[in-house]
Amino acid sequence: MAGQWRSVAKDAVDRLLVIAKFGCFLHVTTNYLCSSTLVHGPSMLPTLNLTGDVVIAEHVSHRLGKVSRGDLVLVRSPENPRKIVTKRIVGMEGDRVSFFLDSHGDRYRTAVVPKGHVWIQGDNVYASNDSRHFGPVPYGLIQGKVFFRVWPPDSFGPLGRD
Amino acid sequence: MGTKNVLWNCSKKAFTFGLIGLTVSDRYGSIAAVRGSSMSPTFNPDTRSLTDDYVLVEKFCLKNYKFSHGDVIVFSSPTNHKERHIKRIIGLPGDWIGIRHSSDVLRIPEGHCWVEGDNPASSMDSNTFGPVPLGLAAGRVTHVVWPPQRIGAVERRVPEERISSHLRDFH
Repeated sequence: MAGQWRSVAKDAVDRLLVIAKFGCFLHVTTNYLCSSTLVHGPSMLPTLNLTGDVVIAEHVSHRLGKVSRGDLVLVRSPENPRKIVTKRIVGMEGDRVSFFLDSHGDRYRTAVVPKGHVWIQGDNVYASNDSRHFGPVPYGLIQGKVFFRVWPPDSFGPLGRD
Repeated sequence: MGTKNVLWNCSKKAFTFGLIGLTVSDRYGSIAAVRGSSMSPTFNPDTRSLTDDYVLVEKFCLKNYKFSHGDVIVFSSPTNHKERHIKRIIGLPGDWIGIRHSSDVLRIPEGHCWVEGDNPASSMDSNTFGPVPLGLAAGRVTHVVWPPQRIGAVERRVPEERISSHLRDFH
């Protein structure tokens, strides 16, 4: 009887271990290799749809410092750390960026991106809360680089610089 | 054939162990060394000693980024993402903070915090680089785990004189 219980317990532990290992594998894959994200909102029109796209982001190049101007990136919002936003990198550190203060005005300002920061902007300049409002963001807030779209099916294909 | 099997098994074990270790250190907690004297006397109180303090960093706070005044946090430097700093949170969004050695008073923007070292004499902190986005936080320091004579919890300490004086000025 005792032997039977022991084998049942061993079985349960083994199974739990497999689940835990799988969880760890999943965590490492989605945090260090690539993950899929649902992005929605008007700020990246016309690149990304208003109603929501499923995109795949890789998490390797930002760790190696390989993101550059024109890349679509996932950034932890500096205004709300619980939110992750998708934007395009417009300027790297040391770049001079010119931007309009309001979408239909003609007042514009030039800023130099400080060390260790990037300048991010949405493709839809009329409806995007980005570096034009909160200034350059630290490079450390970049969470990944978007490179592929899987949904909707008619726009399945690589994404990225234009 | 036998050695090949042993090698294969070893590498499989190492890989699994790596995966588990990485997950635990990302999601639950890790050990980090404190370099420099910017947080003395809380960490590295004796500047002459050659050994660094080791601290336990918990990561549960990263689930919802809830921090309180006086928490000691690990965050990546806003000017160099490869560097990690350990500092104490002095101000949270909405607080008014007076910048040290200057008469300027600043309101901390949404989603940011004001961090300072416990040792005002040698600390690269928000007084030099301004408020830090909370998104850069990588954990909260809860315990000193090494050296053995100083094992213990890190208390949440709010330096009254930094913030309340200015609050009084404003109310």
